[in-house]
Amino acid sequence: MISLTEVRKEYPGGVVALDGVSLEIGGGELVAIVGPSGSGKSTMLNMLGTLDRPTSGGVRIAGYDTARLSDAQLSALRARRIGFVFQQFHLSPGVSALENVADGLLYCGRRPAERRRRATAALERVGLGHRVRHRPSELSGGERQRVALARAVVGDPPLLLADEPTGSLDSAAGAGVMDLLLDLHAAGTTVVLITHDREIAERLPRRVHMRDGRMVQDSAAPPLAAVNARRALAGDRGGSTAIANERQAP
Amino acid sequence: MTAAVLHPARMWPGDLLKVGAVGLRTRPLRATLSALGIAIGIAAMVAVVGISASSRADLDRTLDALGTNLLTVGPGRTMFGADAQLPEESEAMVGRIGPVTAVAAVGRVSSARVYRTRLIPAAQSGGITTFAARIPLLATVGATLRSGTWLNDATARYPAVVLGASAANRLGIGHAGPDVRVLIGGVYFTVVGILEPVALAPELDPAALIGWAAAQSTLRFDGHPTTIYTRAAEAQVEAVRDVLGATANPRSPNEVEVSRPSDALPAKRAAGEAFTGLLLGLGAVALLVGGVGVANTMVISVLERRAEIGLRRSLGATRGQIRIQFLAESLLLSALGGVGGALLGAAVTAGYAMYQDWPPVTPAVALFGGVAATLVIGGLAGLYPALRAARLSPTEALAAT
Repeated sequence: MISLTEVRKEYPGGVVALDGVSLEIGGGELVAIVGPSGSGKSTMLNMLGTLDRPTSGGVRIAGYDTARLSDAQLSALRARRIGFVFQQFHLSPGVSALENVADGLLYCGRRPAERRRRATAALERVGLGHRVRHRPSELSGGERQRVALARAVVGDPPLLLADEPTGSLDSAAGAGVMDLLLDLHAAGTTVVLITHDREIAERLPRRVHMRDGRMVQDSAAPPLAAVNARRALAGDRGGSTAIANERQAP
Repeated sequence: MTAAVLHPARMWPGDLLKVGAVGLRTRPLRATLSALGIAIGIAAMVAVVGISASSRADLDRTLDALGTNLLTVGPGRTMFGADAQLPEESEAMVGRIGPVTAVAAVGRVSSARVYRTRLIPAAQSGGITTFAARIPLLATVGATLRSGTWLNDATARYPAVVLGASAANRLGIGHAGPDVRVLIGGVYFTVVGILEPVALAPELDPAALIGWAAAQSTLRFDGHPTTIYTRAAEAQVEAVRDVLGATANPRSPNEVEVSRPSDALPAKRAAGEAFTGLLLGLGAVALLVGGVGVANTMVISVLERRAEIGLRRSLGATRGQIRIQFLAESLLLSALGGVGGALLGAAVTAGYAMYQDWPPVTPAVALFGGVAATLVIGGLAGLYPALRAARLSPTEALAAT
């Protein structure tokens, strides 16, 4: 699903945000990218989400070599293959939850009626079937983030990128959003969660630790090839969920 | 995974409209105010054009009612610069020209001053002229009576007078009647009628009109006409005009002045047209200021909505789709102002025309031209902000919160 090879991102002024990062994430994985602020994890999200291009190195997303795609083609890739969840929700204040979620399909070329139908389904999926007509200002923080989550997955993207999705929420609301992410993962979506919160990261089957623009630790690192092979053999999904459940248990 | 070639999807036109209206919906006050700027400019221009067109329509209506076939003949000057006179027979001679359908002369009784009573000092004559008038004058110049009756064969022999509109005003006479009398040349005349203002012969407004015979018998009128009013068949007006001088005064045709009063009315209007151009210019300046207001609103809108732009980019909007969203917003904003302004301008025109008793006319060209102008202005005003919005990189935009 995701393949980064020797990705380097240098901003004007000489700041090196990513310094030669290589990372493979397979389809259906649930991965946390953990690190303190300034570690390069947000830049990482921009690379994974094709919101920015690397200074050097290769980024392959969903089988596409992003270096060879035009800006418009990258937009199309985001429209169809990638869903985003942000810490600040980024909901339109003036319109209902339904319209906000339906906007997730605005750039996919679907007709308005179909967009609304799928948005209703997505809202039901995140447990907000009763809040369809409410505006963001009439919703709690946790509900807002669930609306944003519904918007991210309304087009059934194979890849979901979540940037500190629980960062603005209290622990109960945060747990609710985390449960939804786990459900999505269980349903087959590749989920990459970016967080500075080690506690949240501990709940996930794979953790990639970042520091100063470098990957310092990957819990699945040992023989990555072996992991992939095992996954290919046995359909790893059930296994990783089992691990997640084990960690939740105590 | 096989990678199919990616194509960004097109947006439906309805979606484009909806996305373009997001800014207007979420900030209605600001949208209204910047649309108002445009609306004022358009309203000013539409109203100026509309009022000028209404006044022209009124003039056309007046000319239709009055006719453009009235010609007047008056004495000019002799070769030596002295005032000329028309011969006494000139009226009859003019009447014998074939296409002339009506003729009526007035003759100035220069010695006769008009006063309300004997108690008025002689110097306060009020500038009222006394004319001896022929009976057909009323019909020939198309005058109407406000009060009383016109002279007839009987009253024309006796001291009876019909006052022009402003003459009656100056004398303080509101209506005609057997007991209403004015002093003309020292003789009391009974006021038998008062005229409405005469559009084609305004010189009759400050006049006292008495019978030809009465003028000769009581005021020693010399019998020389000073103006001969004639109506000619419409198609022959120019031909009649050419022979009028020679006919009225065969001995010295150069001492005759012929004019067509209906020509003076458009000339009067043309003087007002320069003013219209000035007002139109002011309206254009207002429109320009409105356009700057829209540009300002759009620049601020783009700055404020960077996070929204970033989100839309993350949802898969292309640069082109962001660009067209903000362009659509600018066009909507100014179209709103344009349509509002056109309606306002039409309403102002209708109100003013009604107040002036003109037929209200708002040329379609002004309405559509006004709305089209706002679209051009909206496009220009929105272009730079839209380009800026599209140039914004998604990461930069998302980091803006």
